[in-house]
Amino acid sequence: METTDIGLWGVPLAMLGGAIRVSTPFIFVSLGEAITERSGRINLGLEGTLVFGAMSAYAVAVMTGSPWLGLLAAALAGLCFGLFHGWICKFPKVNDIAIGIALMLFGTGLAFFFGKPFIQPSAPDLPAIPFGAWSDIPQVQAALNVNVLFLIGGALAVFLWWAFRNTHIGLIVRVVGDSADAARAMGLNPNTVRLLATGVGGALAGIGGAYLSLYYPGSWTERISSGQGLMAVALVIFARWNPLGCFAAALLFGGAGALGPALQSVGVTQGYYLFYAAPYILTLIIMIATSSPSRTLAGAPGELSITK
Amino acid sequence: MTGKFMLSRRDLLKTSAAGAALGLASAAFPIRAARAAAATVGFIYVGPKDDYGYNQAHAEGAASLKGVEGISIVEEENVPETVDVQKTMESMINLDGASLIFPTSFGYFDPHMLAMCAKFPDVQFRHCGGMWNKDKHPMNAGSYFGYIGMGQYLNGVVAGHTTKSKKLGFVAAKPIPQVLLNINSFLLGARAVDPAITCQVIFTGEWSLAVKEAEATNALIDQGADVVTCHVDSPKVVVETAAGRGAFICGYHANQSPLAPEKYLTGAEWNWAKVYKMFVDDLMAGKPLPNFTRGGLADGFVKMSPLGPAVGEAARKQFDATLAEMMKGGFSVIKGPLKSNKGAVVATEGQAFVETAIELESMDYLVEGVVGSTA
Repeated sequence: METTDIGLWGVPLAMLGGAIRVSTPFIFVSLGEAITERSGRINLGLEGTLVFGAMSAYAVAVMTGSPWLGLLAAALAGLCFGLFHGWICKFPKVNDIAIGIALMLFGTGLAFFFGKPFIQPSAPDLPAIPFGAWSDIPQVQAALNVNVLFLIGGALAVFLWWAFRNTHIGLIVRVVGDSADAARAMGLNPNTVRLLATGVGGALAGIGGAYLSLYYPGSWTERISSGQGLMAVALVIFARWNPLGCFAAALLFGGAGALGPALQSVGVTQGYYLFYAAPYILTLIIMIATSSPSRTLAGAPGELSITK
Repeated sequence: MTGKFMLSRRDLLKTSAAGAALGLASAAFPIRAARAAAATVGFIYVGPKDDYGYNQAHAEGAASLKGVEGISIVEEENVPETVDVQKTMESMINLDGASLIFPTSFGYFDPHMLAMCAKFPDVQFRHCGGMWNKDKHPMNAGSYFGYIGMGQYLNGVVAGHTTKSKKLGFVAAKPIPQVLLNINSFLLGARAVDPAITCQVIFTGEWSLAVKEAEATNALIDQGADVVTCHVDSPKVVVETAAGRGAFICGYHANQSPLAPEKYLTGAEWNWAKVYKMFVDDLMAGKPLPNFTRGGLADGFVKMSPLGPAVGEAARKQFDATLAEMMKGGFSVIKGPLKSNKGAVVATEGQAFVETAIELESMDYLVEGVVGSTA
């Protein structure tokens, strides 16, 4: 193996690489949740969907030898979870947050149950594009090995941002999310819109899970997720329900998460627990700095059960 | 017949009147008396039992008992270190009739296992770790553990021969004495080959954090480490990430060579099969079980993975010679003169700590050559 001594350059490089490697599940789950919440529902079950997506993607990839079929399976499984959530929540007096928590536990439990035989075998990985091929430094090449899902996630964020503003479907989702009464007056059925929005959100969360098991870290174990699904839901609020904000917040989270290991690797070894807390401290600071006691959160959909 | 046999064995463990217990017990536990198996042994794991790591090592030990005459095994995995483990133990005792239970995770001991020891004085509990103390804890409890530091020393010997950059990497969970001893042993093994070698350590802060372990592995390799080992619950992610980056790997807990056959050098593995067989033999013979059991490589508690294809001739020779030396007993990894990486003297000239030395169990330093900090 060729190595080059990069010294302190390792830290910014690791943060860049970490941002790209670690952020993808955050991107997909938060974009999915942004769609769901924009339609006026909260789906806290995305952590379960993520874990189930990771398991089903890995299982299908092992059985068929194709990571793309695995990805498809994860998206379909996520869609089913999302639709299930959306369907239950249409009944009166059903609390979407409680259903979300139930589905989170259900999804992880089901994934553990079906995932047992797939812990040992190895599945093929999703491909990455070597954007670092111009460099002779292996570290740079490794950091710039960008998975296709990251690029798709970035494109999707831009597309959603555009679509919410400029398309008819985007308008429908926003109307349903801001005022169910106005939507009904327009002849829209809020439940149908929310059902579909939650379904799409679930499918995206499933894809986020597939990234975990099929690319980075790239194996199925029962502890594959360290709460990415839950953090991504928080990121949506952090990003003010803006898809571009979700993308940026996910990058920030990934980069900040890489800070702890990178600093230790260059010899800054004191207080690593504090560095590991960096992403969360960052979130807290921004939340506090941008909140106000006199108004609701800017950009919050009016129908969300947390804003009502 | 079997019922009688069971009860008389249990009576040996009890100090109270045998006759009364016999009558009472057969009335109170008719189900157990009717069981065909002579004894049921329960195993409890904190994670999945096929995790290529800590839990798999225990599960392999449990699986080795399955052919033993008269013994049946009950297992439960993914049991959190909460009141859940108490429920698991109760159900193993009441429903499966377990008379010996191995709760294998560190956090099961206090208060969970101790509570069950008080509630079921007839049942034997042996915990993996070193926490049992005869002054403080009941006699139906106990501890067993292995000294795996010398396994990491042997890992270091092979790593020292294999590395070209003279930099090794170590992904560690938490800076507790046992982890620190493994890190120090790994480096000292490598320094037995070339005293210029250094080892970079990254602590992830948790026993199982897949993404952070992958990040740590990448960061180590970015800084030039070309042989990586770890001390986390499941080394699978570290092994796969390191192999994907082209680095060599020394394993830990169990044999991870199937994950990276070309890059896997060797590994320090637990050999719990030997320990569990020992307990079960005592149980079947009606002998009291030992309360405090420990051993290392020489005692067969620990073993090494077979050397991988990337291990060179010189490495193989030194590995075999060091192993032979260790098997004689009395080998010391930590011996003077030795300084910590902060410059403090940890062993003076002529001072040596064998693996059983009590001083090693409060290790709070990293030796010279390890880049990292314990806090």
